[in-house]
Amino acid sequence: MELYILLIFMIVAAVAAIEVKDLLSSVIAVGAVGFALCLAFLILKAPDLAITQLVVEILCLIILIRATIKRDLPLAIEGRWVFNTISTLVFMAVFLLFAYFTLKELPPFGEPIMAVVKKYLAEGVARTGAVNIVTAVILDFRAYDTLGEATILFTSVIGIMAVLRRPGRKQIK
Amino acid sequence: MIKDPRTGMTLIVKTITRLTVGLILLFGIYIILHGHISPGGGFAGGVIVALSFVHMMLAFGKDIAASKISTNLASNLESIGALMFLAVALLGFLGGTFFLNVLAKGTPFTLFSSGTIIFSNISIGIKVGVGLFAIFLALVILEKSKQEDNS
Repeated sequence: MELYILLIFMIVAAVAAIEVKDLLSSVIAVGAVGFALCLAFLILKAPDLAITQLVVEILCLIILIRATIKRDLPLAIEGRWVFNTISTLVFMAVFLLFAYFTLKELPPFGEPIMAVVKKYLAEGVARTGAVNIVTAVILDFRAYDTLGEATILFTSVIGIMAVLRRPGRKQIK
Repeated sequence: MIKDPRTGMTLIVKTITRLTVGLILLFGIYIILHGHISPGGGFAGGVIVALSFVHMMLAFGKDIAASKISTNLASNLESIGALMFLAVALLGFLGGTFFLNVLAKGTPFTLFSSGTIIFSNISIGIKVGVGLFAIFLALVILEKSKQEDNS
């Protein structure tokens, strides 16, 4: 029940983030979505994800506010409203169609497929020594995925440093 | 330099920051080191470490935070974290395969209990912490150099 209240709140806040005119209010609405997601993770009994979501959301909010509060980006929604509306409706129809076919194949909510997980839960502590089974999975059984994730972060930091580096050195005359 | 009222926020914020920033850093290190016992881990703890530096920068201004850890040091530390994680991965070849947990497992529920997992957590924590702080530092420095160009 609490989960559905949170989900409805997240949808409302996400729509508000798109529709509101002020940029700072929009950023705060995005933050509301993130913190509601953190609470949803707590209700679904995933404290690891909740902690990560909370701290990442705080950092994202600080960066977004620090980066956007001084810019007043003009909002260009005039003109071409017929095309915009039609394309939005077509995209929503396609999305809902494929979401219907996809979600029909998923196992019901709260009853995951336990084919691989059973082995991890049974042998996790004995084979890795880590009591936190999430850490045991992401850093031992599935550590190769974590290496790829670390590479993604490394690449993104390199990309940001390359884009945001100081403007080029002054030319020697 | 810290008590200079021209940089950073007001005296109240600076005083509170001086009291809390060490605790936040310590909590981040605790989350990293206890990643295999309690919820958390390298990523969350690294973000908390980065947040402590961001906290200091927001309160005291750019120069104080940049004097603690510069952009070059942050980049180097991030590379060191990535290479350390790769080294932990290659350590598995001692036992035969990539990412094999070759070290002694120890008794569960103690700090040194999970072989290579704690080293993976530390390397990911270093990498994420200084990487995210480097991003924030780059954004702030860019903002400042742009304003200097405009004026």
